[in-house]
Amino acid sequence: MSDNATSLSASRTITRRQFTTAAAAGALVTTTGLPLRSARAATPLKLGVLLPRSGHLALIGQACQRGAEIGLPMLRDMGYSVELMNADTESNPDVGRTQAEKLIREGANMLMGCFDSATTLAVAGVAEQKGVPFVVNIASEPKLTEQGFKYVFRNFPSAGMLGKGGLLLYKDIFAATGVTPKTAVLLHINDSFGMAMLGGINALMPKLDMPFQIVETIAYDPKARDLSIEVAKAKAAKADFVMTVTRLNDAILLVREMVKQQVETMGIISPGAPGMYDKQFFKALGKYAEYCTTNVPWFDPKQEMAKTLEKTFEKAFPEESCDLNVGFTFEAVLIAADAHKRAGSNDPQALTEALRATNLSKRAMLGGAIKFEANGQNMNLISAAVQNLGGKPTVTLPAASAEAKPVFPMPPFKGRS
Amino acid sequence: MDATFFVNVISAGLLTGLVYGLMALGLSVIFGVMRVVNFAHGDMMVVAMYAAFLLFTKLGIEPVPALPLVAGGLFVVGYLLQRFLINHFLGVTEHIQFLLLLSVAMIITNVVLMVFGPDARNIQLDASFESYNLGWLVLDKVRVIAAFTAGGVAALLWAFFRYTTTGTAIRACADNPVGARVVGLDVEKLYAITFGIGTACVGAAGCLLLLLVDVHPHLSSDYTLLGFIIVILGGLGSLGGALLGGILVGLSEALSGVLIAPSLKSMFSFGLLILVLLLRPQGILGKKP
Repeated sequence: MSDNATSLSASRTITRRQFTTAAAAGALVTTTGLPLRSARAATPLKLGVLLPRSGHLALIGQACQRGAEIGLPMLRDMGYSVELMNADTESNPDVGRTQAEKLIREGANMLMGCFDSATTLAVAGVAEQKGVPFVVNIASEPKLTEQGFKYVFRNFPSAGMLGKGGLLLYKDIFAATGVTPKTAVLLHINDSFGMAMLGGINALMPKLDMPFQIVETIAYDPKARDLSIEVAKAKAAKADFVMTVTRLNDAILLVREMVKQQVETMGIISPGAPGMYDKQFFKALGKYAEYCTTNVPWFDPKQEMAKTLEKTFEKAFPEESCDLNVGFTFEAVLIAADAHKRAGSNDPQALTEALRATNLSKRAMLGGAIKFEANGQNMNLISAAVQNLGGKPTVTLPAASAEAKPVFPMPPFKGRS
Repeated sequence: MDATFFVNVISAGLLTGLVYGLMALGLSVIFGVMRVVNFAHGDMMVVAMYAAFLLFTKLGIEPVPALPLVAGGLFVVGYLLQRFLINHFLGVTEHIQFLLLLSVAMIITNVVLMVFGPDARNIQLDASFESYNLGWLVLDKVRVIAAFTAGGVAALLWAFFRYTTTGTAIRACADNPVGARVVGLDVEKLYAITFGIGTACVGAAGCLLLLLVDVHPHLSSDYTLLGFIIVILGGLGSLGGALLGGILVGLSEALSGVLIAPSLKSMFSFGLLILVLLLRPQGILGKKP
């Protein structure tokens, strides 16, 4: 005790030599930047969020934006520190490129976005050029992870993964219900997304040895005002079930027209496209929205994070859909924030290295822990069969995450209550 | 594909064509009387569709009963627009008029976008999912309602121009504006009434189209273009021509969708337009200038 007291007492007495040594050490520490480094670590990540909040993709862009913002309090509670710098790509790749450059100039440490593949590719080019890491929330263009980008990390399936996952689930649905149809008619939008999906479906059908044949393929314009002729053609094809590649408005038009033209079919199953799981779809079609199925990457109902996110979203936006746009955008922010926390720095190189080492087992979407391959693609992603049951999109497959059993064939439109 | 299928498709095309015809009637009336090309035509129809949407969602008034209200409202809008804006530009070069009406169109689109956002809106009546099942013929109920109402409105318009004093005066203005002025007609007022009638037609068509089509702000350019195709096909300024043009476009969309590819429907309408312009530049029922 007395020794300690002596020592304490001695420490309080500072000689000139000690003062000089301490001052020199202080100066050294200051000039080597150590205090600056610790200050940087405490600085929140400035994440440049690039989304199509206006233009023809505005609806989806705004959904993604909600996903980026809704999770911020959750991330704060988890000890992450992130600030969003929002920019509107106006559904235009050129605007996206300009906005990305502007965000970097204004101090963004990392970029995130952009939903549509064309804009995402344009922004990926900027990220590569400037050496700024870029987390892709949604975009399925294969080039994003096949072009050799060093700073691009995609937490969403490529078109190939999406198509394969979606198609294999058909087999699973038929196996789970014990009913295998022989023929299908494919109705698809003919924009770049729809055509890419068509190409994928046509290429994969023989490779995956699917048990049914597509007897008729009907393309329609994204700006189609009415789909009566398309549905009449589909009815005339007399196929067992209907495959769809839609967006929201045309999905509503299609099903409404099927009801009016009394097209009774075993099911309406999309191999992975927006529309049928949207709240507006339920609102517009009511009982006729039931039993439509979409095979898409989706929330994992068994994950606590998914439950919390959905509850928070429902409370904040009761009129909107908590769909995959919300989920994957939230996860993109989570990935960025997690990399920042581990990097302990806002330095782009440190952030890129941290992103490369990502291993996030607590997530909202289906699949294993988020880990990136050398090309930046998340390797653990799977699709779910999401069927509209009881007025909400419900995971029916894979069985491990299922909330209900798949219904196939679906009950006829006529006589539904 | 059997005959039943074709009959179903053709009847759907005919019914939709009648509504298209009513929409184009307004454009034809305005051009026929004043030689003003209304580039804001589709935008006015979108306004009418939103008005009908609001009347249904807020007050529960269905589009057909709402038609007189919306058409009346659009008449007032058209009347005021002509009286206080377009009348000032009647004597000027055509391209100035085009720019004026394009500006009006852009303002309307952006105001609608600000108020309603980019989402598509639709209304669901009980009839929205119902059909008339006539054995081998299945007719969409709302399409039948829309087509018959469109036919009724077109007949009323024809009767107005044929049998009323104002209608006769408007026709006189269309034939000879100087002569009309000489005999003491208030041409500016008659022009305003004409523009009001044109926009009222669009208002009526908007109500009926809401039964068939979801409304969103960017729909306007599609319908302005469609309106032009129809009136040029039928003959600029001809009321019967507008209806005929509408039916032809409705039919061509239906048949091309079946015979070629649904995604090429619009291309077929343009092809038809080029054909008519080559063979009969004044339009099918138009008069030679």
